[in-house]
Amino acid sequence: MLIIDKDACIGCGLCEDNCPFDAIAVVDGKAEVNDNCTLCGSCIEHCEVEALSIPRDESGAIDLSAWSGVWVYAEYRQGKLAQVSRELLGIGRTLADKRDTKLSAVLLCADAADVPQQLIAAGADQVYVVVDPALENFNDDSYGAALEDLARKYKPEVILAGATAIGRSFIPRVATSLNTGLTADCTQLAIGDDGHLHQTRPAFGGNIMATIMCPNHRPQMSTVRPMVFQAPEPDGSRTGEIIVEAIAADRLASRTRVVETVLTEGEQLNLAEAEVVIAGGRGLENEEGFSLVESLADVLGGAVGASRAAVDNGWITYPHQVGQTGKTVASKLYVACGISGAIQHVIGMKSSETIVAINRDQNAPIFDVADYCVVGDIFTLLPPLVDKLKERSGKE
Amino acid sequence: MNIVVCIKQVPDAKDVRLDPETNTLSREGVKSVINPYDRHALEEGVRLKEEYGGTVTVISMGPPQAQAILTEAISCGADEAFLVSDRAFAGADTLATTYTLAQAVAKAGKPDLVLCGKQATDGDTAQVGPGLAVRLDMPFVTCVKKVRTIAKDVLTLERMMDDGYDVLEVDLPALLTVVKEINTPRFPSLRGMRRARDYQITSLTAEDIGADSSRLGLGGSPTQVVSVFPPEKKGDRTMIEGSVAEQVDKLAEILFDSAFGA
Amino acid sequence: MDHFLNEDQQMIVDLAKQITDEMIIPNRAKYDETEGYPLDIVETMAKSDFFALFVPEEYGGLGGGCFDTVLALEQFGRGCVGIATAYAASALGAYPIVISGSKELKEQFLPDIATGKKRAAFALTEANAGSDASGIQTTAVEDGDYWVLNGTKQWITNGGQAHLYTVIAMTDPHKGPRGATMFVVESTDPGFSCGPKEKKLGIRTSATTELIFKDCRIPKSRMIGRRGAGFITVMKTLDKSRPGIASLGVGLAQGALDEAATYAKQRVQFGKPIISFQAVQHMLADMAIQTEASRALVYVSAKHIDAHPKQMSKASAMCKVMATDTAMKVAVDAVQVMGGYGYMREYPVEKMMRDAKILQIYEGTNQIQRNVIGQELNKEYN
Repeated sequence: MLIIDKDACIGCGLCEDNCPFDAIAVVDGKAEVNDNCTLCGSCIEHCEVEALSIPRDESGAIDLSAWSGVWVYAEYRQGKLAQVSRELLGIGRTLADKRDTKLSAVLLCADAADVPQQLIAAGADQVYVVVDPALENFNDDSYGAALEDLARKYKPEVILAGATAIGRSFIPRVATSLNTGLTADCTQLAIGDDGHLHQTRPAFGGNIMATIMCPNHRPQMSTVRPMVFQAPEPDGSRTGEIIVEAIAADRLASRTRVVETVLTEGEQLNLAEAEVVIAGGRGLENEEGFSLVESLADVLGGAVGASRAAVDNGWITYPHQVGQTGKTVASKLYVACGISGAIQHVIGMKSSETIVAINRDQNAPIFDVADYCVVGDIFTLLPPLVDKLKERSGKE
Repeated sequence: MNIVVCIKQVPDAKDVRLDPETNTLSREGVKSVINPYDRHALEEGVRLKEEYGGTVTVISMGPPQAQAILTEAISCGADEAFLVSDRAFAGADTLATTYTLAQAVAKAGKPDLVLCGKQATDGDTAQVGPGLAVRLDMPFVTCVKKVRTIAKDVLTLERMMDDGYDVLEVDLPALLTVVKEINTPRFPSLRGMRRARDYQITSLTAEDIGADSSRLGLGGSPTQVVSVFPPEKKGDRTMIEGSVAEQVDKLAEILFDSAFGA
Repeated sequence: MDHFLNEDQQMIVDLAKQITDEMIIPNRAKYDETEGYPLDIVETMAKSDFFALFVPEEYGGLGGGCFDTVLALEQFGRGCVGIATAYAASALGAYPIVISGSKELKEQFLPDIATGKKRAAFALTEANAGSDASGIQTTAVEDGDYWVLNGTKQWITNGGQAHLYTVIAMTDPHKGPRGATMFVVESTDPGFSCGPKEKKLGIRTSATTELIFKDCRIPKSRMIGRRGAGFITVMKTLDKSRPGIASLGVGLAQGALDEAATYAKQRVQFGKPIISFQAVQHMLADMAIQTEASRALVYVSAKHIDAHPKQMSKASAMCKVMATDTAMKVAVDAVQVMGGYGYMREYPVEKMMRDAKILQIYEGTNQIQRNVIGQELNKEYN
């Protein structure tokens, strides 16, 4: 629990102001904590007189020196290596170099084709490959057991995976089985001077960032959303070691069975990986208005995104939804048309490089996260804008 | 069928606003609600009960105020409710949470099916469902958008994937996490509200669930928050002003350069 | 104002408010525009037990009190009188069975009404019989174990959407008003059909149709109460249901006041929000006074009716007149406060103004209500 040194406390109230949970308050000149406390540590950060502390019991610690190497789970489905896996090899390379250790990729599949070479070209020193018909379709039991067994055998200090449907499903299983920590949706990863992995992610709804460590357990595990890190240019001249592993058949037995895989619009859409996203919201008023967004996306070669309001109104389908309950995008260019910028939406797009917002209401919160703001009417601005862009791209 | 639904109390995202000055969350007047995804899990549980028979038990781990969401769950059709609450749980990360919840689920009965929301909107980790399944030694499927049938201890369902969906069979007992597409949650009913008013929620402490205290709360959590800070603010924003024609010209310039490289 | 509701009553208000805010208000413009029947909302109300409110406990209901139904209708009416009418019509259609039906008839129909599995409608009005109910021309003739109905009912709320209809028909035309009897007709009965949905000024989502009986044969057991007692049942039914219409008026007035006051705080003219101008303040003040006074009279009347089922008429008529005249006036004033915006379909008050008018007309015009009150006074001061 949170310990308050009443002698040191000067009752300044900084802890109270900075507590995200209303869990601490200054009463009679001294801080007091209540049951809302989640031990998040925000108050300790802000206390200038070091009056606050959270004692930790370090007795459960394991021998950390037995664990070394950085692993990236290489996601491979429907004959395709996920782009996020390449991105993770990029940041994984940085982490491995800093730790002066090897970067390895783990590939679980029924047929490896040339994927191991692709992974080496993307930066891996080693590729652990498990090829088994049981791995034909993704299922949590087989994939989870395979990764868990490899981790127990080779003891990596770090495992990174994409925060995709697959990664978000079976990686938590692996972390729980290995009795270690897992940090979801990291936006920054770095090796600290202490040698530990510092994982940074949005916390409490995305408006506070938290840096999280897993100091006494290994491996340190993180998932990362697509488009957060840059994939390195493939280098075909790189060489590496391919280690073929077999997993015991009983470990690959699954209590879930894929009967059928249905690919829908999402495949073509790939909103999360698009470099240009043109998104529309309530301000477009109807399906016809929404088509303006589509024509702008067309001329810029971008994907179409939408706020929840546009999806709820049936102007566009759910795979296009950006935000907390939809997709997270980190595009080069994000144009928000008639989107007010409710926090649920902003969470899904604010890490885009350039954000342009067009909205009638000058007080719309979307302007707080935009780089370029246009206060104006979509219906007057978009048609000539589309024409202008057509003209330009025709010329150059 | 014995169905357990795990629900969490979270701040209502509708009310959460960004303070433009400090760029932090303004929690003033923010209501606490059932995690939106968990509402769909509860609804699915009640629907399956209505179709296949059985009972729905809701479990929430949280502070004493989380009673409110359990009462609401009863008014929406849950039969029994347990609140797992103890100061020893404070600071739990997802690993310690799944341990605590697993102990509580075992205490509450032997479920054939455990349902969770795909993630909680305050933490957004999506880790508790799969982790809990491991602890309970159950198969699990995440992001379920439809339960097709239940026959002879085998569930057939649809799981959302990034590029479409998979149709899966899963052996019972099992754990599912659900997405919003799975159903439309019902409102409470008047009879349910009357029942909820008179219903005694069972409170479970660390001792009641027979927990090993070293695996609870902060001490049982391998991850530690080492610092909390506001996100970087956007640099100076540029207002594009002038007549419509001028705005269009400037916009075209910016969009073209950003999209196709300057 | 605090009306000191008990826990059960407060629950009705809270849940009805939640359904109104989360489901009725976001959808009311759509239903007004398309004139479609709000089946999803009516089914939600059913799942949440609102159809049990007007059914006695022994038949699967939650009590059957007038006041409980009034509390629910006030909230629904605040959102949309059209959608609320789709709900209220089932209560109106069920009351004849509740008031005069035999035990067998109650057991046969009320449990399904309470769950919302079957919706009801009340069929009184005809082309030549509205305020003057003695002009009824629909007939019912005995034929062995059956009654055979012939005739046409007009402007029947829930027509085509209800599963059962409580219908008044002449069984003994020579006896005049004492020759009328009520029956339950099911939508599946042979010889029964509904006309097309009428086009209306307001409450456009609510279904209003003709009912056509062409040698419609129903079992004898479907007679409600005694032969010849139809008019008494009709009068008692309307006495019990009118506070519901009155509470729709209270709800509508409250909704209009909420819109107008919110707008007046936001709308800036001459450098100030218009709510700071006395001309606007006085209008809003009058709207608030009339709404609160109507609510108080409706609540007291509904409680009086629950406590004194034998003396319903005057209280029922008084609250209906006051609350529905108030609704009309407040809605008109809300449009006025909002000016040009109020007149636009983008804002809800123009719809409220259109919807309010029916409240002064249906379930007995406000002129007829004043007659009732006058007659009661005439009796009292004998």
